[in-house]
Amino acid sequence: MDVISEFFSEYDGLGAFRQTIYLTLVSALLALVIGTVVAVMRVSPIRVLQLIGTAYVNIVRNTPLTLVIVFCNLGLFLQLGISLADQNSPTSIDDNNFRLAVLGLSVYHAAFVAEAIRSGVNTVPLGQAEAARAIGLPFLKTLRYVVLPQAFRGAIAPLGNVLIALTKNSTVASVIGVTEASAVMKVMMENRPDVIFVVFGIFAVGFVILTLPVGILFTSLSKRLAVKR
Amino acid sequence: MRQRIIAALGITVLAATSLTACGDDTGAGGSGSSGDKITIGIKYDQPGLGLKEGSNYTGLDVDVAKYVAKEMGFEEGNIEFKEAPSPQRETLLGNGQVKMIFATYSITDSRKEKVSFAGPYLVAGQDLLVKADETSITGPETLNGKKLCSVTGSTSAQKVADQFAKTVQLQKYDTYSKCVEALASGAIDAVTTDNTILAGYAAQAANAGKFKVVGKTFSTERYGVGLKKGDTETCTKVNDALKKMIDSGEWQKAVDKNLGPAGLKLDPATNPAKTFETCA
Repeated sequence: MDVISEFFSEYDGLGAFRQTIYLTLVSALLALVIGTVVAVMRVSPIRVLQLIGTAYVNIVRNTPLTLVIVFCNLGLFLQLGISLADQNSPTSIDDNNFRLAVLGLSVYHAAFVAEAIRSGVNTVPLGQAEAARAIGLPFLKTLRYVVLPQAFRGAIAPLGNVLIALTKNSTVASVIGVTEASAVMKVMMENRPDVIFVVFGIFAVGFVILTLPVGILFTSLSKRLAVKR
Repeated sequence: MRQRIIAALGITVLAATSLTACGDDTGAGGSGSSGDKITIGIKYDQPGLGLKEGSNYTGLDVDVAKYVAKEMGFEEGNIEFKEAPSPQRETLLGNGQVKMIFATYSITDSRKEKVSFAGPYLVAGQDLLVKADETSITGPETLNGKKLCSVTGSTSAQKVADQFAKTVQLQKYDTYSKCVEALASGAIDAVTTDNTILAGYAAQAANAGKFKVVGKTFSTERYGVGLKKGDTETCTKVNDALKKMIDSGEWQKAVDKNLGPAGLKLDPATNPAKTFETCA
């Protein structure tokens, strides 16, 4: 079982999982922002915005994540020369790949966040929006003060699911060279093929440790914060 | 609710049994030598070594595999090639899905824990691929401050960063073709892996004249024939076949045919291999 001590000492496995967590959290925040905007567009009364929102969700949701991430690197960076880091800094490759991965992950998961929030909006009775209109609130204020606060509380469980999916999907970032958990797993598997299943097990357990508490937390939150009707 | 729990349990049991089937070491698939057909693991994506083009297989690994199989009594029509990606090679051999593996499989001690090796049939070395007009990169120690590309998990990139150039920046992709793409665009300065693999990419029609292999190897990679652990019978046969191939000049022909166009010079001190792994 020396491979377990190697995981901590030689390969910096904890650092790899820290990178996974960091990647997940930054992408989750960005996805929440983009997703909220897209969801608002989809429920807005303006036809063009509705169409844009629907198109975004359908196109992004139906594109494989690997393709999105690889496009961020090969397409945006190599072909179009769009760099997200200073090319002269000594860590430009790592910084650039990390930011491109965040971009890809958040754009992709924003589609799922948008659908989760839209499902939350659907839990708010129509009467709420009608009452807001009746007291003279315009569309954005209706959303800001009446609909969205209730919608988010209704959308907590599906948003938790998106966060769990995002945690696991962050492993795709290894295809463009972000040193997160699955990349370190590949290095360990290359160096220690004799204990390949133990290596695999360590990382599988690591991901369960990351995602299980998130699931429990979001389930309990969704119960405590749900709007009692 | 109870029905659902039973269904969930059923699925779990199914999944678990299929998993154990994969990990079974004594599976019936290992009867390759007694049957008419032999299954050989190769790479499908390495030009010059093991490449699948339509239904044709080309490359040095393939030619050596065909020769060895013929010596063992298998006609070409009875050889079945199967893809053996690097992380799966030990498993494929262990559960008998392939009889032998010819797939740029370097003989190392940690691999010998799981599989047996015959050969080597080629001694390669880790090297660098750079643009044809590159002059500042002459070896691994000149990579400080440069950008180096390899695949995730590759040992050559680890070695450069640990031993030769501490301040090298590593770009890792899942495939070498992405590295070559990045090298062509100028986003990185060099690609590293075995010289045989690099030469294969440099010689591809789409890349002709664009890249060169630096030619200063910094490791010794002895490409062996992977066998199931303890398969001494096949090991002896393979070694005899390899020896015959080298003595008869067929080996040199295969090397010239597959690696010649890439202009790769194998180290004459180690090639062709004079001593083989002992079959114990």
